[in-house]
Amino acid sequence: MKTKVAIIGAGISGASIARVLSRYENLEVHLIEKAPDVGWGVSKANTALIHGGYDDDPEKYPTRAKLCIRGNKLWHQWVKELEIPHVWNGALIVATKDEDFDELERLLERGRKNGVPEMRIVDRDELFHLEPNLTREAIGALWVPIVGQIGPIPAVIAITENAVANGVKTHLETEVTGIKVENGEVKGVETKDGFIEADIIINAAGLYADKIARMAGIDYFEIHPRKGEYWIFDDDVPGPKRVLFPTPTPISKGIVVTTEISGHLMIGPNAQDLPPEEKENLATTKEGLEQVWEGAKKLWPQLPPRSKVIRTFAGLRPEPTGGDFIIKAEEEVWGFISVAGIRSPGLTSAPAIAYEVAEIIKRDLGIELKEKEKWNPYRKEISHFFTMTPEQVNEAIKKNPAYGKIVCRCNNVSEGDILEAIERMKFIGVKTPSVDSVKFRTKATTGTCQGSFCRPKIVQLLAREYGVEPWKVTLKGKGSEIGIGDVKVLLRGDA
Amino acid sequence: MFPEIPMLSYDVVVVGGGPAGMAAAIRAKELGLKVLLLDENDYLGGILPQCIHPGFGLHYYREELTGPEFASRLAKRLVELGVEYRTAARVLEIKNYSDLEKVVIFTSPSGAYQVWAKAVIYAAGARERHAFEIGIVGDRVSGIYTAGEAQTLMDLYGIMPGKEIVIVGSGDVGLIMARRFALEGAKVKAVVELMPYPGGLARNVMILKDFNIPLYLSHKVVEVRGKGRVERVKVVRVDENLNEIPGSEFWIEADTLIISAGLVPSVKKLKKIGVEIDPATGGPVVNDRLETSVPGIFVAGNSLLINDLVDYVAEQGELAAEGAKEFIENGGIESRKWVKVEKGENVRLIAPHYLSGDRDVYLYLRVSKPMEDVELRIPEIGKRMKLPVVKPAEMLRIKLKAEEIRKAERLTVEVVKA
Repeated sequence: MKTKVAIIGAGISGASIARVLSRYENLEVHLIEKAPDVGWGVSKANTALIHGGYDDDPEKYPTRAKLCIRGNKLWHQWVKELEIPHVWNGALIVATKDEDFDELERLLERGRKNGVPEMRIVDRDELFHLEPNLTREAIGALWVPIVGQIGPIPAVIAITENAVANGVKTHLETEVTGIKVENGEVKGVETKDGFIEADIIINAAGLYADKIARMAGIDYFEIHPRKGEYWIFDDDVPGPKRVLFPTPTPISKGIVVTTEISGHLMIGPNAQDLPPEEKENLATTKEGLEQVWEGAKKLWPQLPPRSKVIRTFAGLRPEPTGGDFIIKAEEEVWGFISVAGIRSPGLTSAPAIAYEVAEIIKRDLGIELKEKEKWNPYRKEISHFFTMTPEQVNEAIKKNPAYGKIVCRCNNVSEGDILEAIERMKFIGVKTPSVDSVKFRTKATTGTCQGSFCRPKIVQLLAREYGVEPWKVTLKGKGSEIGIGDVKVLLRGDA
Repeated sequence: MFPEIPMLSYDVVVVGGGPAGMAAAIRAKELGLKVLLLDENDYLGGILPQCIHPGFGLHYYREELTGPEFASRLAKRLVELGVEYRTAARVLEIKNYSDLEKVVIFTSPSGAYQVWAKAVIYAAGARERHAFEIGIVGDRVSGIYTAGEAQTLMDLYGIMPGKEIVIVGSGDVGLIMARRFALEGAKVKAVVELMPYPGGLARNVMILKDFNIPLYLSHKVVEVRGKGRVERVKVVRVDENLNEIPGSEFWIEADTLIISAGLVPSVKKLKKIGVEIDPATGGPVVNDRLETSVPGIFVAGNSLLINDLVDYVAEQGELAAEGAKEFIENGGIESRKWVKVEKGENVRLIAPHYLSGDRDVYLYLRVSKPMEDVELRIPEIGKRMKLPVVKPAEMLRIKLKAEEIRKAERLTVEVVKA
C-alpha cells in the first residue's frame, strides 16, 4: 500500500519536495495549488539569487544557515539535470566605509563556519578589475564566487514537469479549505473541488502557511508579508557582471544591483513589513521604488534614465515568527509537516528543504522509503528560438514551420516555442489559459515593448489551443480576462 | 556568416512592410533595383490595417482614405510591379561588412535565410511607450493596454477590451481610440493629458466634444489598483513644471486603462551596427538621402522620426529608395560639404540633419511648445515663413530649395514670435 502525500503549495519548496518524493515507490504524491499555474506565489517575484550561505547566523537561524549552503550545492546539480536557466557569476559585498570591513570580516568568518568555499576579501584594485563601473566610493569587497542566479519560475516549472513525469499528480486551481484530522492523525485535505485523502500533509503554502497550519490546529507561528520592490531596465542598458550587495545592516541585506539572467539590469528590493492580512498586496509604490532607486545609486551611480525602465514589480517574502525556517513534523498532529516561513534564502534552500522533508518522513514518521527502479532525474528545457543558430532554426522548421515565425519581437520568441509552452502547461495540468503561463515559459512579453505587439497574438494561440473564445483568455487566471466579449457586445447589451 | 543556411542576393533589402517600406520598395523597383521587402506580419501594411478610421492619404493620394485603404493601394501597386516580398519574415540581424556588402538574416516559416545586399532601407516603424515607462505604479492587472494593442484587439481580432475606459494621453492615437471605444458603446470616463494643452490635431480634439468625453489637462495617471482586473486609477494634477501637486489626487473607477503616451522609433538593430542616433528624434542622424551614419543603411518612416501623417512616411520611403539607387550606382553617396541643420529656439526636433545643397529637400520638424502668430526663420539665409499656429502635435514640413541650402555652411531653424 502506498503512503499518500499531499503537498500544499506548488511554489519552489512544494515543487522541490514533490520532485524528491517522486523518487519513492511507496509514496503517492499529490501537489495542490490554488493558483492556475505553478510558482505564482512567493516564488514569482524575488531577486532570483542562489545565495552563498555566508549571511545566516548559525546561532540564531540554524536551519537557514544549514539549508542555504546545502541548497546552493544542490542547485549546481539540479540546474543541469533539469536544464534550468542559470548563471554562476558570484557576488561582491561592497564596502564604502572603513567600518564596513568589520562587517565583511564577520561575514567571512560566518561563511567559513557555514562551509562556504573560496570566499575572500578583495582590495580596491581587484574590485574595480572585477567590476569597473562600480561606485568610485567602493574601497573593497567580500568576493563570494559560488553565488548564482536562476529563473525562479522557470525553475518551479522545470521541477514540476520532472515531478509529474515521475508520477506526481497535480491539482491546480484547487484551494484548500480544511485539513481533516482524526485521533491526532491527518486524514486528508478538503478543497473546493473535493476531498484529497492523505496520510502525510506537507504545508508548503508560503504566505498562507499559518492559515493552513491553523486548519490542522497548529497555531504557534504567524506569517507576515514583507514587501520588496524592483526595477528592471531595457536590455541595452549596461549592468554589472556580478551580483552587487552593499555591506548589510542588522536589518537588511540591502538593495542588490545585478544583471539578471535575461540580461536586464535589475535593482531591488527594499523591505517593507506589511500586516499579516495583506498577503495579496503586490502593488508597487512610488515611495518604495524611490527608496530602491536611491539605494541602488549608491552602488551603481550610472543608473539609466527612467525612460529605460521596462518593468517595476513587487514581491512578498513570508516572514515567520522567530525568523528561522520552520521545517518539522508537528508532534500534535501525526503526519503534518510544516515547511513554513521560507523567506530569503528560500529559493536557494529549496532543494535542501526537499531532502530535509524526505528525511523527516523517514526519521520522524518512521516511513521506510523505497526507491523506484526507474526514476528519471532529467527534464528537457523547452525550445527557445533565441538560443538557436540559424542552422538549428532550419532544423526545427523542418519539423514544424511555426518555429520560423516570430511572435515576440523583443525577445525573439517563435510560435513554435509558444505552442510547446502550451503543451507543457497542459502536461502539468494548467486548466485556465493565461498569457503569464506562456510568459514564464518563453519570455514572450517581457522585452522592451512589454507585450504590446505580441500579447494579442499569444491570446489567439491560447484561444485556439485551449478551444475558448479569445476574450476569455486571461492575463493571469480567472478574473483577469483579456476582454469582455466581441466588439459588438456592449452595443448588443449582453456584456 | 552561416554557410548552412540558404543565401539570397539583392541590390536592396527593405526591412518593414508598412507604408514607408512599401513606398520604398515600389520606388526602388521603379528605379530598376533588385529589391526584397521583408515584413514580420502575415500581411503587408504595418499598423495601417488596424487603423480603420479615415484621415489617410490627403497629400499622397489627394483623397481621404482609411488606413486599410491606404495600405491596400500601396500593396496593389507593389504586386503589380512584381516587387518580391515575404511576410511572416522577421529580420534577426543586419551585418555591415563594407559599404556595398550588407547581410540581412531573417527567419520565416519556410526557413532562415541570409540575404546579401548592397543597401538596406530600414522602415521598421516604432513602438508605443507603456505604463511602466511613464512611471505608473500599483497592481499589475489585466485591462492595461497601449492604444495600439487595444486597437489591434478591437480592429484585427474583434475583441472588446473593456467598458469603462480611462485614456492616458491626448495625442491623435489616444483621441482616435477614445472615439473608437465610444462608438462601440463603452464609457470613456476621462482622457488624461500631462501637458496644459491637448496633444492631437485639432480635428481629433473635436472628438472629445462630439462624444462628451472629459479631458483633464495638466494631469497624470500615477497608480492603478485592482485584483485581477483594473478597478480604479489614481489621477493627480501637475504644476507648470510637471510636478505633482500634493492633495490634488482623485480616483476614477474604470476597468480599462489605455496608454497613449507617444511612440519610440524601433532602432535597436541599427544601434547594434553603430548607427548614430539623434536623442531628440530617437531615430538615426541622416543626410538628405535619408542615409544614416553607416554608409548604405537608409531609414524611413517612424523609424526615422515619429510622423503624424502617413503621407510623409510614404514620401520618406521613396526618398530613401532614391538614395539607395544613387548609393548603389555610384558605389556610395558622394562625400560633399554637408550643410548641418541645427535646432534653434522652440524647435524640439528636426530631420534630416545634413543637407547636400544639390537638391531641394523637405525638413521635418516639431516645436517644443505651442505658439500663435510666429515665424519660422533660418537666419543664415534670411528665410522667413509666417505661421498662424504651431503645436508640438503637428509636425511641420518645410521645403528648402537647393540654392537656398547652398548659401550657408549651416542652417539654424527657429520658430519665434513674428
